[in-house]
Amino acid sequence: MIWGVVTFPGSNCDRDCVHVLRDVLAQDVREVWHEHRSLAGLDAVVLPGGFSYGDYLRAGAIAATAPVMVGVREAAHRGAVILGICNGFQILTEAGLLPGTLLPNRHFRFICRDVWVRVETTRTPFTQGLRVGDLLRMPIAHAEGRYMVPAEVRAQLENQAQVVFRYVDARGRAVPSANPNGAVGAIAGVCNAQGNVVGLMPHPERCAESLMGSTDGRRLFESVAASVLTAMAGR
Amino acid sequence: MATVKVLITLKPGVLDAPGQAIRQGLRALGYEVEEVRVGKYLEIVVPERAAGEAVANAASAEADEMCARFLANPLIETWQIAALPGGVGSEPPS
Repeated sequence: MIWGVVTFPGSNCDRDCVHVLRDVLAQDVREVWHEHRSLAGLDAVVLPGGFSYGDYLRAGAIAATAPVMVGVREAAHRGAVILGICNGFQILTEAGLLPGTLLPNRHFRFICRDVWVRVETTRTPFTQGLRVGDLLRMPIAHAEGRYMVPAEVRAQLENQAQVVFRYVDARGRAVPSANPNGAVGAIAGVCNAQGNVVGLMPHPERCAESLMGSTDGRRLFESVAASVLTAMAGR
Repeated sequence: MATVKVLITLKPGVLDAPGQAIRQGLRALGYEVEEVRVGKYLEIVVPERAAGEAVANAASAEADEMCARFLANPLIETWQIAALPGGVGSEPPS
């Protein structure tokens, strides 16, 4: 399988994603510039974290209009696996590929620390290799991570298992003190109706090696690799 | 050409964290302030494609579409548009 990692002007986690995929997980990775219109041939695409276009207008808003998003849309449509991490998540919501929006944190501060998230569904390629209720420790680093969605859409997300990750405490309980940014329903990550497009605020690429203090993030990438290979074998 | 002035504000009820921080600052300076809501202001100059009032109307309609598609987030924001003939800095007729 072939991965693509997109670089927008202002992306700053693209190299980290390439490193984890290429050097840690021995995957075939292509670096994709934001001006590329086609992502043909890629099985999985990562929109990395950072501050694309300086977060002008709204975080992710200008990146959502970049030429590469034509390719991302096409890839999502043909069933390729798309992951938006942090700013990448913001870009996917601005592009309308994921529901909801990400607002400035409740306390209007940039938060950079480890959080616990609970896996809420295994229907996405990123969580197929995990179990519902699994706890992952991953770092967050954002100022605009307060997930918001209208009440009726949220009910739909919950009913259709589109909530992928929720902020919890170390014992797996969704208590208010474990919600770092005030996200509705303590939602840390969601997927589209088909389950192939996933966005999350925590950074799995920053916790994929024991040197980094946690290898929990690695499980997401490994899960995708296994699920794509299974799908390929079934074709 | 025509200048379109766009004012984007958060919908009522949407928590405005920057607004709250600014209110706190104003209070610290001794001002009595109930609430602060932060918005965005844009001046967009577009080419003239019609004459007279029609310029402003066409520019307003296009700016409305710009807001809905890109400039604003319709989930959380609303917008007001004023279109005037002329370049940036044009004053509305009094």
